[in-house]
Amino acid sequence: MSNDVLFTIEDLEVSYGSIAAIKGISLEVRKGEIVTILGANGAGKTTTMRTISQLIKAKAGSIRFKGHELTKLPAHKIVKLGISHSPEGRRVFGVLTVEENLMLGAYSRRKVNPETLRWIYEMFPRLEERRKQLAGTLSGGEQQMLAIGRSLMSDPEMLLLDEPSLGIAPILVKAIFKQIKEISRQGVTVLLVEQNAKAALKLADRGYVLEVGRIALDGPAAELLASDKIQEAYLGKKH
Amino acid sequence: MDTFLQQLANGLTIGSMFALVALGYTMVYGVMKLINFAHGDMVAASAFVGLMVYTQILGQTASLVGVVAIFFITAAIMACIGVTLERVAYRPLRTAPRLSAVVSALGASLVIQNGIMLIWGPRMRIFPELVPQVYWHVGGVIISMMQVIILVLSLILMVALYLFIEKTRMGAAIRASSLDQDAARLMGINVDSVISLIFIIGSSLGAVGGLFIALYYRGITFDMGWQYGLYAFIAAIIGGIGNIPGAMLGGMLLGLFSAFISGYVSSTWADAFTFMLLIGILIVRPTGLLGERVAEKV
Repeated sequence: MSNDVLFTIEDLEVSYGSIAAIKGISLEVRKGEIVTILGANGAGKTTTMRTISQLIKAKAGSIRFKGHELTKLPAHKIVKLGISHSPEGRRVFGVLTVEENLMLGAYSRRKVNPETLRWIYEMFPRLEERRKQLAGTLSGGEQQMLAIGRSLMSDPEMLLLDEPSLGIAPILVKAIFKQIKEISRQGVTVLLVEQNAKAALKLADRGYVLEVGRIALDGPAAELLASDKIQEAYLGKKH
Repeated sequence: MDTFLQQLANGLTIGSMFALVALGYTMVYGVMKLINFAHGDMVAASAFVGLMVYTQILGQTASLVGVVAIFFITAAIMACIGVTLERVAYRPLRTAPRLSAVVSALGASLVIQNGIMLIWGPRMRIFPELVPQVYWHVGGVIISMMQVIILVLSLILMVALYLFIEKTRMGAAIRASSLDQDAARLMGINVDSVISLIFIIGSSLGAVGGLFIALYYRGITFDMGWQYGLYAFIAAIIGGIGNIPGAMLGGMLLGLFSAFISGYVSSTWADAFTFMLLIGILIVRPTGLLGERVAEKV
């Protein structure tokens, strides 16, 4: 792991109307890392992700990726810079086939990279088996695989994964987390939002804990996993 | 049998005009979930713009090249007006409650309708006879050259549109935007450009439809957009609003249905039966004939 900082958020504030959702957070992601953002419902995890992708506009602060200020860009230009976002709730195109979904994932690079497609099918053989099937007919776990595969089709440098374990059978969660490790091994930097703190911290290099729009805690994943505060709040262990 | 074949020919002609106009409603609805009530008046406006192009630019001469030019110039003008309409009346309301945009659409409809009246006057104008009155007798059925042109050109345009939507990169962007705008943005699709493109295509097809209506019926009035717009809107709903092949199918069915009612019952009853058909179809299939029914897993 190198020390090159690939991505930084500084003093980010986001509001929905008069309600402040993010109240000044800062974080950084180095090249090749898996960084996780943990937190309960409503802590602002998804808002942070959507603001990085410019689906929501920041009220203040800056988001920088390889020297580009993202807050000044429209949403559709983000993926071209090398940040791909697999959104919360998967958001696959339900009435299109698996294959068509993947092709749309490569929209920003115009031509499909056949090696990337092969790699995705190797990681998730289910997608290849069902490539002619409508995405809406897949199981939740398969849809999550598709959402991740779709976001990889643009050959991103950094992948934003928003709650890949949400509403998925435990056995598939395991399979998906294994593939996130594989994605990271192939050189893709990963920013992972999760409620499943234990699984996320086992996978990640570092973590940030978000509480009602502020960062309450941060540090190397192993330290967070061992800390009393995390144990108490997220892993359900008593003192 | 002769009545049947004659009404079949008439119905296909009317149906293809409905279908061309219905595509404008359905495409805008597909991406923006908005009924563009101004679309019918845009169709009416294109008849008057076509008349103006004929008298002012072409100096009232009608060669084949001239007629083709009328179609292209009118479609280009209406495409510009359509894009402007979206910028002025709909884009500022993109994040506003749905009802605000509907009211804005109704307002735009009135503005365009009154605009036509102020520019060209409230009386009926007669559209020039640009296509020679040639009739063919085919086994007891009379078919005019105009009918053949309308049917063939409409079919060509619809097939071209279908291929564009299904086979091209831009078509994929349109389909993705109509399914999930945020997910489309994450793919790198510029949804604002897609919406402009939708208005260019919808307004151009509406312009062709408006010129066909003018050439076929000849009498054009400033408020005719209401009637044809309503029919096309019904066609879009019958086919399943938001669904492009649905609008084509709905238009054709509606044209055939109203022609058969006119032929076998009475033309004064055509409207009443049309609405009964609409109600009947919506009771059986609330999302229209080809409307999407796939439930998304959450």
